[in-house]
Formats: sequence, structure tokens, C-alpha cells
Amino acid sequence: MTEEALPIPVLEVRDLVRHYRLPRESLFAEPGHVYALNGVSFEIQKGKSFGIVGESGCGKSTLARNVMALENTDSGSVKILGKEVVGLNFDQLRPHRRHFQMVFQDPYGSLDPHHTVGRIVAEPLAALGSISKAEKQRRVAEVLQSVGLKEHDVEKYPHEFSGGQRQRIAIARALITHPELIVADEPVSALDVSVQAQVLNLLKDLQEEFGVTYMFISHDLAVVEYLCDEVAVMYLGEIVEKGCTEDLFRTPAHPYTKILLDAVPKPGAGIRRDRIKLKGNVTGQTEQRIGCAFQDRCPMVEDICRKAKPPLDPVGDTHLAACHFSARLLEKA
Amino acid sequence: MTLLSVQDLTVTLATNDGPARAVRDLSFTLEKGETLGIVGESGCGKSMAALALMGLLPSMSKTTGRINLDGKNLLEKTETEMCRIRGNRMAMIFQEPMTSLNPVHTIGHQIMEPLRLHKGLSDDDAHKETIRLLDRVGIPNPKARIDNYPHQLSGGQRQRVMIAIALSCKPHILIADEPTTALDVTIQDQILDLIQTLVREDGMALILISHDLGVISENTEKILVMYGGAAVETGRTDRIFEELVHPYTQGLFAAMPRLGRARSKRLVTIPGTVPDLISLPAGCTFTDRCPLATDICRETPPPVIEVKGQHFVACHHVEEARARKTEELFS
Repeated sequence: MTEEALPIPVLEVRDLVRHYRLPRESLFAEPGHVYALNGVSFEIQKGKSFGIVGESGCGKSTLARNVMALENTDSGSVKILGKEVVGLNFDQLRPHRRHFQMVFQDPYGSLDPHHTVGRIVAEPLAALGSISKAEKQRRVAEVLQSVGLKEHDVEKYPHEFSGGQRQRIAIARALITHPELIVADEPVSALDVSVQAQVLNLLKDLQEEFGVTYMFISHDLAVVEYLCDEVAVMYLGEIVEKGCTEDLFRTPAHPYTKILLDAVPKPGAGIRRDRIKLKGNVTGQTEQRIGCAFQDRCPMVEDICRKAKPPLDPVGDTHLAACHFSARLLEKA
Repeated sequence: MTLLSVQDLTVTLATNDGPARAVRDLSFTLEKGETLGIVGESGCGKSMAALALMGLLPSMSKTTGRINLDGKNLLEKTETEMCRIRGNRMAMIFQEPMTSLNPVHTIGHQIMEPLRLHKGLSDDDAHKETIRLLDRVGIPNPKARIDNYPHQLSGGQRQRVMIAIALSCKPHILIADEPTTALDVTIQDQILDLIQTLVREDGMALILISHDLGVISENTEKILVMYGGAAVETGRTDRIFEELVHPYTQGLFAAMPRLGRARSKRLVTIPGTVPDLISLPAGCTFTDRCPLATDICRETPPPVIEVKGQHFVACHHVEEARARKTEELFS
């Protein structure tokens, strides 16, 4: 990629911080905090898919909620199409919301069972101000068709659809305002394999057709590899590795990425392979530590990791990693 | 003698819309220490088959066929007799560690329950044994953890407690129904590793149920692929992955995004959705979604054909399915 005048990124996140306060354990004790996001920065160019992976508890969903301006951000900046959304109030955000929409994980919980599909899908249009009934109907029919549903489905209720079809309805609802950015939080993890493939292909087709940009959150690395141009790996509220999908998956420069990739079971591989295994699970969200976030579980940990926090430094053209020993890992690969 | 032999197991559920055949004519055997994987999507009958083995089906269901454990048919046992087998000779791990543990009892209490019931241990002995079990399944500091409630544990730890309960009476058969579906890959790795170690050390037989071909491939010796309540392909794991034959197995494998595969390529999709169990065709259950389907498939149940040593496929068009590549089949 060349340095010459890049267009404004669809999404630009800078040093995003979000800490949740815990209830006080006693009257006089200082309340603790959950350090959910500790300075996350990235940007997504138009028409690209950006994947975010990590275990549960790493801050993926908090990031999605903050990008979508669904909760207050502590500090940092989120620019969508160059416009800052952090600090705007509800009314100021409303006209801007047409540019960014969200698809949720659970297609059973995210659609109101009392409303018809037509009403569910048309709801975001309210953000566009008053709009004629005929125009509304035309756009609902159009968007339902583009996600592979039928025009007469507007009369039906969510319970009449299967999981995959419901997720199509959720995607239609996100698409109806012609957004630039769609934030998808685990959109296929509740679906069966054969249905998951249909929805993934649909997401790809829609991107080709409308040039929409995705921020795609998933714990399934294979799904991210299939769909995304760029990937960021998160651990304890920080990005520990970022790069284009091919580089990052072929030559991971952070031990956590390598371990995650190794942990994915591969069909046809036969007996379990030899590999590094990770002990325990993600802990330490409630403490601010000195040094590397991954130090407690890292198989390569040395003294320096406990003293100095590794910066997210370039290890390749577009490939960044936050590890003191990235060079060593890349050499071995 | 074969440890477990299932013959023509059929489960019919009475629903408001008529009888639903959740499992039809399922047959397989399991030797001591053997591992069997059951693969399929939701609604294919894999969990129903597991519940039938455990005698835990809802009362509005009818089960026919034979489930022989050490030569004795479990379907002829009374509920009291089943209570002595369940949790003792056969134990099960469920998918949702959150909902399958009782939130108002400590985990210690829940692990001690089968020990007192089946083994007749005293409170003291049961307590000691429970600490040993918690240690065995890798819960740190078991002496303190024994008095924890399920909500105080993480998802992976809860699944470890489920495994401890299942193992408490040293069962001969362990049935694990999607034991890692709700967990992260790294935790999944730990749990599967633990199950493997326990199976190896105790010589238990394992039935592992999953929709993930990767999980099944790495953890079992034999596979049974289910679709619409029926087995469509069975055989040794390594043989099956050498050559996937049934159109459904081929489609399922190709529909899975896999690491290291070219990104530009589209995923193969199987058209349509999982069938409604009430209105299944009389013949092959995959007829409506199969690219090779002809009239005979809809009317006549497919013959079971041995493709190659101990690799069986239930299909009318085995030769065609083998000749044509997956991409060609679903395009």
C-alpha cells in the first residue's frame, strides 16, 4: 500500500478507553474497576472487512458497543466518516446513525417477537426523518430481496423463520439505511454450519454489491480468515497483533495469536497435534498491571515482560505486534 | 462381549402437528475404551439419540429397537433399574454448563450426590472423594472450591465440574453432548484434552456429539454422520476423512470455513435448511437438499453400502457421489 493521499477511513478509532466501575465491596473501600478497553486504535478503509478476534472477556463486545455509541466512552475518539461520535448526545447522534448499523449475535433475541418483519426492518428509517409510506414499503421490499427473502415475508412474524433467515432479517434491518459501516458482533456463531456458510456468502455478496464496510467480531478464527481483509487480535482490552489476514494467519508475530490458531481443531488432521497449550482463562480484567498483558499465560515469558509493556510496533509492511520477542517468533516461522 | 450395541433405534415424538421421527433406525456398536463421534447439525437427532441411550427422553416419546448394554436391553428396564445405571454405568455431560448445574447447591454437594447414591459412601468419604475428583479435572485449590456455587466459576470450570460429576462413579460409557460448544477455542482445547486423558486412563468408552467436524476428527476413532434422524455415513475416522462420500457429508465439510484455505473462494453451501422432522420423505431424509436426488430417493430408504473396509454410506447414488467432486455437486 502506498502512502499517497488515502481517502478518509470509514471508521477511525484512537486510544479508546473504557473502564467499568464495580460496586464497592465495603462502605469505605475504593471501588474496583473492570479495565475493559485500554487504549485501542485502528482504522478501516471503505469497502474493507476488519476482523476482531479474542477469547471471551477480552473486550471485543465492549469495543463494538463503544464504536456504535451505545454507551459512554471514558476517553479516546471514534470517527465515523471523519465525524467524531464520542461525546455527542442522543439527539445529535440520531441523524448520524444511518451511517453505522449493527448486527447482533443472537437472531432469536434481537428481533422483537411482537412486530412483523416489515416493521422490524423499517424501524431504522425513522432515523432518516419523515418518509412516505410508499417509499418505506419500496425500500423494505428492496432490502428483503437483496438478503434473499421474499417480498410477502413483510407480513410474517419472527417466529415463522429459521435461525439463518432471522439473521437475514437482522442484516436487512442494518442495510436499509444504506450504511457505510456495519458492526457485526458474532453474527454467525449461533447458526448451523450449512446455514452459516449461506450467511457468510451473503455478507460477502452485499459487500461487493453495496461497498459496505464491516467491523466483524468473532471468536471463530476460520470465519474471520474467510471474510476479513485485516484482523486485530485482542487480549485484556488491548490489540496485541494487527495485520492483513494472510500475514497474520501465516506468520503470527505474537505468541497469543499462535496459540489461538493452534487451538482450532482441524478436520482430517487425525490424532491431536503437538502444540503449545494455554492454561487457565482470561483473568486480570480488574487490575492494572505493569508490563505485558499476556505475561501470566505466555509460554515465552521472561523478566522484561513483567517490567516493560511491549509497544504495538511494526514487524512487517502492514503487520504490527506487541511482543518483546516478535522477531524470534517470525524467525522460527 | 460388545459393551454397547444399538439396533434399529427409533424415537418418535408426539407433537401437536403429528408424530416427529427424531431418530430412525439407528444402529451402532461401541467396544470398551472405544471413542465414537456423532456429527450433525441441530435437529438431526443426535441429542435425541443420546437421551434415548440414557433413558431421559420426555414422556411424550416412543422408543423402539434395542439398546444392549452388556447384552441387556435398556429399553426393557424399569425406571428404578435405569436410575441405578444412569450416572453409574453410563454418564452424560451436557452442552450448557450454565443451565445443567443447580444454582442453589454448592458444586461439592452436586458431585457428592452420585457418590452417596450409587456408591453408598459416607459424607466424610464422599467429601474426600469429591476433592480428589475436583483436583483430577483440574480445578485449582479444590479444598476451597468445593463450597463454591456454580455462579462463582467460569464457563470452563463449570464444564470441568460437570465432567467431575459424570466421572464420579467411574462409568463405562461417557456421553458428551456438545461439551465445548459454548466455550472459547483455548478452553475447548483444555476440556477436550481432559476428556481424552480420562478416557485413556480409565478405559472408558466415549460418545462425543458435536457439529464441529474438526473436534470430531481429532478426538474419535469412529464417526457416525446423522441427518434428519438417520445415519448417512459411518466408519473409521481416518477412512472417512480420506474420502467423504455421502453428498451431505461432502457438503457439510465444504461449508465449513477452514484455516489456511484460499480466501477468494466462496464457501460451498447446501441449499435449503434442516428438514422438518414431521414431514420427512419416506426414503432418504436428505432428498430435498441433495443435488443427486431422483424419484427413488424420496420413496425408498437408501441401501447401506460398504464403500471400503468398514466405511458405510446410506445412499442410492454412491457411485455418482464418489465420482463427482464436492464443488461440482453443490454449484
